[in-house]
Amino acid sequence: MKGKKICRTIATVVIIAGSLALLQRLLTPKYTDGIIEGALIAEYYGEEKDHDVIFIGDCEVYENFSPAVLWEEYGINSYIRGSAQQLIWQSYYLLEDTLRYETPKVVVFNVLSMQYDEPQKEAYNRMTLEGMKWSLSKVKSIYASMTSKEKFEDYLFPILRYHSRWSELNEADLKNMFETPKVSHNGYYMRVDAKAAENIPEPRPLGDYQFGKNAYLYLDKMVKLCEEKGIQLILIKAPSLYPHWYDQWEVQMEEYAEAHGLLYYNFLECIDEIGLDFQTDTYDAGLHLNLSGAEKLSTYFGRLLAEETAVTDRRSEAELERRWQQKLAAYEEEKRQQYIQYGIK
Amino acid sequence: MEELLSILKDLHPDVDFEKEEHLVDDKILDSFDIISVISEIAEQFDVVISAEYILPEYFNSAKALYALIERLEDED
Amino acid sequence: MLFTSYEFLEFLLILFLLYYLLPGRWQWKLLLAAGFVFYFYAGPVYCVYILVTILTTWFAGRRIEAERDKRDIWLKEHKEGLSKEEKKSIKAKIKHRTWIWTLCCLLFNLGILAVVKYTNFVIANLNGLLKAVGSGRPFDFLNIIVPLGISFYTFQSMGYIIDVYRGTVEAEKNPFRFALFVSFFPQLIQGPISRFGDLKKTLFEEHPFDKQTVALGLQRILWGFFKKLVIADRIVAGVNTLIHDADAYRGAYVFVGMLFYALELYADFTGGIDITIGIAQTLGIKVTENFNRPYFSKNIKEYWNRWHITMGSWFTDYIFYPISVCKPMLKLSKFSRNHLGEVVGKRVPVYLSSFVVWFATGIWHGASWNFIVWGLGNWLVIMVSQELEPLYQKFHDTFPVRGKFAFRLFQVVRTVLLMSCLRMFDCYRDVPLTFRMFGSMFSEGNWNILWNGALLKIGLSAVDYFVLLIGLMLLITVSLIQRKGSVREKIGRLPYWGRFALWYGLFLTVLLTGAYGVGYDSSQFIYNQF
Repeated sequence: MKGKKICRTIATVVIIAGSLALLQRLLTPKYTDGIIEGALIAEYYGEEKDHDVIFIGDCEVYENFSPAVLWEEYGINSYIRGSAQQLIWQSYYLLEDTLRYETPKVVVFNVLSMQYDEPQKEAYNRMTLEGMKWSLSKVKSIYASMTSKEKFEDYLFPILRYHSRWSELNEADLKNMFETPKVSHNGYYMRVDAKAAENIPEPRPLGDYQFGKNAYLYLDKMVKLCEEKGIQLILIKAPSLYPHWYDQWEVQMEEYAEAHGLLYYNFLECIDEIGLDFQTDTYDAGLHLNLSGAEKLSTYFGRLLAEETAVTDRRSEAELERRWQQKLAAYEEEKRQQYIQYGIK
Repeated sequence: MEELLSILKDLHPDVDFEKEEHLVDDKILDSFDIISVISEIAEQFDVVISAEYILPEYFNSAKALYALIERLEDED
Repeated sequence: MLFTSYEFLEFLLILFLLYYLLPGRWQWKLLLAAGFVFYFYAGPVYCVYILVTILTTWFAGRRIEAERDKRDIWLKEHKEGLSKEEKKSIKAKIKHRTWIWTLCCLLFNLGILAVVKYTNFVIANLNGLLKAVGSGRPFDFLNIIVPLGISFYTFQSMGYIIDVYRGTVEAEKNPFRFALFVSFFPQLIQGPISRFGDLKKTLFEEHPFDKQTVALGLQRILWGFFKKLVIADRIVAGVNTLIHDADAYRGAYVFVGMLFYALELYADFTGGIDITIGIAQTLGIKVTENFNRPYFSKNIKEYWNRWHITMGSWFTDYIFYPISVCKPMLKLSKFSRNHLGEVVGKRVPVYLSSFVVWFATGIWHGASWNFIVWGLGNWLVIMVSQELEPLYQKFHDTFPVRGKFAFRLFQVVRTVLLMSCLRMFDCYRDVPLTFRMFGSMFSEGNWNILWNGALLKIGLSAVDYFVLLIGLMLLITVSLIQRKGSVREKIGRLPYWGRFALWYGLFLTVLLTGAYGVGYDSSQFIYNQF
């Protein structure tokens, strides 16, 4: 009798835990179609982790740099841990998270997010934080990122956040319940279509150009962490025309880089050198580069990496070469499909 | 006692007040009835049942109510 | 801390663990501490208010008891030499003294309630008067925070002091125990308004862990969450749209809004009370029931015996009875009988006292004319149906429909509609607007909105309606089953997996279809503000 009762209790617990876990998987967005940016962060964990260069930052890294080009042209093994509107503390904790798995030679951080000193939007928080594996870094990142309406419990148990999605479930949710197809190429979000940058909105004058305390705090932390791990930190500003990068901001970044002995590249200043043409190299009128733009920028930046840093050409490593051949094949395949999709060539 | 029974009968002719022992608990008497009863009692017995005595134990049966009246009469 | 917030659930979980892990004699002390943590979290200043009420009421209770003890000792010592008259005068003297203590306590604490809750209402009315006579500078409104649940705990404390005065309960000696009675956290925000005599039976006892009781309590909590999260917090979006932009939603919309609000209020308030009573039950404490399937009542009077029962009985016991049987009232009754005849005379005390009670009930719900008119509206309906009673009787003698299903249904629908109409005063900004909106139901003639899809544009989607419909059906089914006894006990008699399926099913329903979290503005319990 007692044994039976114990069995029953165990069965009950298993049923409850199992069904809740399944429901949670089912209801959580998979970001496999539509807004695929939400899937970027989680994809990293499936990778072999021996990268030489890690990019962290917002859309200005994951849409503007192509690790495939860096490999093909320079033998640089890189990965982009980028996500939409990635805030600087999120970048910092993502870096912490990444360093749990590997220690790259170079970390590249895009400084656009210096402009935000406070949590911004729940939807973006979700896309950055949810994909992270659980660690103290994730917990800290969540607490640093939550807007006033958000609750930690909603991150701990995403089913609480997405409970009402049962009415919007589609086939993809079922199909991708346990395994999601890759949407990025080492964190790069490919777009081949083009939309010329015309009528860039005039920059609005700001009341205060000073970057916030919080932003600097995390930039300092990032510098310190890289120093401790012997990693070279490079600051960049990607050549996106919009949102506007103010001169006052540029001054602060230049001074910061100088003070801390960091390399800082503002690619907005070398658009011609890179060969970017905002008639053809952007898919959304200057916010982000498309494939052709990203490849040009990667070629340019790859040369800088090869010349200015300790990063070496690893194309001679057979195992790595083999992995990259597979990745490149997928890269070419998606290119082909997108060209068909957008009716180009 | 007869007087009291006739007061009660006036309110609910269909209830057997001699037997019924759950007038309040069974919601046979509502608050309006109780007030009517008290003001009738004040009129006919010259006894004032103040609010502190409006408890089910005194109003559940005619007998209990009558006992209360006698007690209050005595105290007066 | 809202009942439906994660914080509250976590707070409960920790409390629950401590409650059953610590020695039993610490349990009530833990509850006292929990009450103050809960209240402190809501607003540190609030604690001052509740402490003042606790201390003054406890002290007054002790004084009353002391006067009586003195009296008894004195009477005992002088038993021999006292005449009946002397004894009586001593008793009367002491009674007078205890009454002074009671009165002071009542005036002081109701005074606090009146000041924090009604000052601005009085100022607004004064300003209106001043404006009407065209003179004077308007008074500034005071910036007073109304402490959470002050109406509830004040009434609970005042009920206690009156009971002590009447001798129905003994004054509590231990101020901490009394503090727990006033600040018992599950009922702090929205009642029920417990009586000391009832609550003390289980509040201070030691409660060893009892699986059965805890399970029943948890089930009750879950059911409360269902009502609150699945129904009330979902329909609230529609109700708000219809009410806040009143001029855009007239006619049939008013009718829809009226019914939606009735459902929202029912689900919200009874759900909240389910959670309260359920929490208490998991702790082994029995809190008085506050509802008894009110919408199944055959008339408004009965409805008020079945809706917010503890408030209704508070008003009856502590206001209605004292007023209607006080000596002046009895004199007035006699006078009017003599001068106005039996028929009118008999009605005077009932009419007058119930008028006062409904006025008080109205203003207790909120400091505005809306609530006063609402209260008096209830009074009017009750009095009219009281007067029509002989007519009903005649009708029933001619047509024996009483007890027939169709007639019962008619009565229920009538109750729901009448109460929903009256509740409109709750919704709209002011009294004239409420009357205008009510009138528009009969003049607008836009009933086609009920089927032309317009209702999908008031903040509720097809999915919302689907969930609400299923929820409402479940609600009605459960209420119907409840007529024949406790549903939880019925379920309890099912085999294990049947029980499991039902309760886990309800849990998943709340989890998946509850309107909570980011994206839903989880509304406060409607009754919080009262």
